[in-house]
Amino acid sequence: MSAVVSSSSSSAAAAPAAASPLRRWGPWVLVALLAVLPFLPVSDFWIIQLIYIGLYALPVLGLVLLTGVAGLTSFGQAAFVGIGAYTTAYLTVNAGLSPWLTLFIGLALTGVSAFVIGTITLRMSGHYLPLATIAWALALYYLMGNLDALGKYDGILGVKGLALFDFEIGQRRLFYGLVWTIVLAACLALLRLLDSRSGRAIRALSRGAQMAEAMGIDTLRHKVFIFVLAALLASVSGWLFAHFQRTVNPSPFGLKMGIEYLFMAVLGGAAHVWGAIAGSGVVKLLEDQLQVLLPKLIGTAGSYEVIVFGILIVLVLKYLPDGLWSFVDRRLPRAPRAVDWHGAAQLPARSKPAAGEVVLEVKAVRKTFGGLVAVNDISFSTRAGQIVGLIGPNGAGKSTTFNLITGVLRLSGGEVRFRGQKVDGLPSRKIAQQGMSRTFQHVKLVPEMTVLENVALGAHLRGHRGPVAAMARLDREEERQLFAEAERQLQRVGMGDFLHEQAGNLAMGQQRLLEIARALCADPALLLLDEPAAGLRHKEKQALAEVLRSLRAEGMSILLVEHDMGLVMDVCDHIVVMEFGTHLMEGTPADVQRSDKVRAAYLGTEH
Amino acid sequence: MDFSIASILLLDGLTNGAIYALLGMCLVLVFTVTRIIFIPQGEFVAYGALTLAIFQTGQVPGTVWLLLILAAVAALMDLVAVWRHRGRAAPALLAALRTFLPSAVIAGISAWAAPRGLPMLLQALLTVGIVTCFGPLVYRVAYQSLAGASTLVLLIVSVGVHFAMTGLGLLFFGAEGFRNPPFWDMRLPMGPLNVSGQALVIFGMSAVLIVVLWLFFERTLYGKALRATAVNRLGARLMGISTSSAGHLTFALAAFIGALSGLLIGPTTTIFYDSGFLIGLKGFVAAVIAGLASYPGALVGALSVGVIEAFGSFWASAFKEVIVFTIILPVLLWRSLASGHSDEEH
Repeated sequence: MSAVVSSSSSSAAAAPAAASPLRRWGPWVLVALLAVLPFLPVSDFWIIQLIYIGLYALPVLGLVLLTGVAGLTSFGQAAFVGIGAYTTAYLTVNAGLSPWLTLFIGLALTGVSAFVIGTITLRMSGHYLPLATIAWALALYYLMGNLDALGKYDGILGVKGLALFDFEIGQRRLFYGLVWTIVLAACLALLRLLDSRSGRAIRALSRGAQMAEAMGIDTLRHKVFIFVLAALLASVSGWLFAHFQRTVNPSPFGLKMGIEYLFMAVLGGAAHVWGAIAGSGVVKLLEDQLQVLLPKLIGTAGSYEVIVFGILIVLVLKYLPDGLWSFVDRRLPRAPRAVDWHGAAQLPARSKPAAGEVVLEVKAVRKTFGGLVAVNDISFSTRAGQIVGLIGPNGAGKSTTFNLITGVLRLSGGEVRFRGQKVDGLPSRKIAQQGMSRTFQHVKLVPEMTVLENVALGAHLRGHRGPVAAMARLDREEERQLFAEAERQLQRVGMGDFLHEQAGNLAMGQQRLLEIARALCADPALLLLDEPAAGLRHKEKQALAEVLRSLRAEGMSILLVEHDMGLVMDVCDHIVVMEFGTHLMEGTPADVQRSDKVRAAYLGTEH
Repeated sequence: MDFSIASILLLDGLTNGAIYALLGMCLVLVFTVTRIIFIPQGEFVAYGALTLAIFQTGQVPGTVWLLLILAAVAALMDLVAVWRHRGRAAPALLAALRTFLPSAVIAGISAWAAPRGLPMLLQALLTVGIVTCFGPLVYRVAYQSLAGASTLVLLIVSVGVHFAMTGLGLLFFGAEGFRNPPFWDMRLPMGPLNVSGQALVIFGMSAVLIVVLWLFFERTLYGKALRATAVNRLGARLMGISTSSAGHLTFALAAFIGALSGLLIGPTTTIFYDSGFLIGLKGFVAAVIAGLASYPGALVGALSVGVIEAFGSFWASAFKEVIVFTIILPVLLWRSLASGHSDEEH
């Protein structure tokens, strides 16, 4: 669960090795094994075990998406399983509806409840979702256990099995086939989703909202989407469960089970789709063993296996934070992404401002924090094809000004116009949409993704295919276009040799260039760079200056907030100097270097 | 419903609410200082109530043995950690001894006192001592090496600790439930109300604890150090405040208040090995109402939870848990609309 544990070890895959045959053929071997199994003389006991493992794997797959990939979590998966199970049990027994209809009614009910909970809680910090799902799971458990219509704690008996027309699917081998077809389809859909435009947006969520929003990603929408998707997977599991057990009661849908699902995901490897299956399998088999062994050992009956599970959770998070599957994953080298995008049609580009046209107009912007005036009526403008530098001593308010322009902070007064349009008051996502693209003072990228994927994130707004298209692989043409654009921008900043490297393995200078390529991918009319030279070595700074000059030569407008005077004087056409939140002076680099006021601001005055 | 029933329910709700308030404030304290969402808080409540109950029967409570095991594990961890760090045996043994000794002393006294049928107040004191020792040990064993991990990882660890502590509760106390005798066997008729001595004890103890906590945080250096850690861990460390000893102290406080809550609630309801969880979660609802940040907020939230629960059990007794845990949703909606934008967690 590398996304969850911040200090995850990024694999040291230096040179892109060839894919091991096992990685390529492994999934097919698994499918073949699962397909052949029911025809072999395997005892029904193992078929039933495998049905249970499949039923557990579905909600756990949802947790992989939520916890391992996006860094959110939920204890409500068991409750959503319960909604699916109770809906079909109640409606097939009492209203005589077909199970094939109640499946969708259950999905609808689950989807609506997940949507409501998600929309309410996901706007706040990440830890409110698990807390809300704990409360929700408890409330639902006691509701199921106390409603007369649902049979109170005895539940609903006499649920029919599944049948296709008049053909009974039963509770053994055919049912096993049904369960595992659904599980493998879900795995495939998730793998495809994660390798798509929406998938990259989802993978960026665990790194905080700021970067994703600056790329134009609606983070709240994506979070709610994956929460609902996870709940729907759980609901399908519940539907299967009800028709497999032929009876439902509240106990398998309580909070304890919700916690066990999370345990399965963490133990198996929450960052990997296959980890869900590994986790469900190991936990189910372990639970069976412990339930026999522990009461014998202790002498009385009771659910003592929770002791072992509890201790195991803590041990796994301490010593194996990426789960069991990470052992397998680490040993199987990953092939670099097959380059299939050469010759893809170019993404449509926005109309660019003519050279010399005013691009950004900052008019008397002001920001106060309580009584402190951080930015005091700053005005300046930038023109197309110009590099404008914003400089000033520490605490002058440069970064605050930057955040005001990009919509991260709200203005206390004044106005920001971008290409004639008023943009102040808009969220940063909308400002990005207008063609303003930025980098970050503290590099923000997704270390587990490749350089190419990180840069493609910048082109998010230029694609339109959503998650459903991704699962059905209807997005391939657009994906080729996005990757072609990402590669082009990486070439433009001189990073064409690192496409398939993991972003977390890059040196600082390369990471900063990656951020510039990512910003360029959005096809911006104005590029805002927040201290791009911070932490760079001399050679890296020279390379950066070269990139900036060549961008200007191609007609790009750039606003540069920077401390490094050498770089600023070297590349800027126009410089704005700030001091203590106020506008000190502006002019050409030569003007600024001559100014006594600037010298006094940086070095103090002689007495 | 007439006035007399309403006032009985109100008193009942406020009594339970006072206990939820203690737990809710604990959760806020633990979260702000360590970023741990401490799900197992309720287990301390059950451990407290059940330890006293076993003392009452004249036996040595299972928590004593559990405490010794846990202390041994923690001491072993300290031994290994210090040995690796310093490379010498003497300081390592000293560190291990320092971890093990307090628990060993308490355990020894308990084993000696158990069959002697001491007055209940002394048994209660021992109970609080035993359970308070658990706090820092749990922090040492489960959390300390993960102190820098994300809130999410710490939350999952909490769930693991909750599982383990519930299971161990079953192992050491058995599945049987206990109801403790009240500390003050008195009834005070007040109009339609019949105020029990136990309710007065609960109110009194809660008020005293709240004032003591306030004094601790406002007036003592330790309390101020904890507050500093809550605001900025790195800054606190640079000022020479050890975040791990802040963690130990916080957990000791949490266990202490948990044990006390267990003693207070023990005579009002039957406590089983797993009863603490629900009680603790009601404290959580209160803490969430307070945004996991404000102590007065947690107090108000807890009293409301208690009152809602009391009235809920009157109107729809089967659904009182449903009602209590569903109110968290409108509260969260209100909070999310009030905050208006998503918080950045990083």
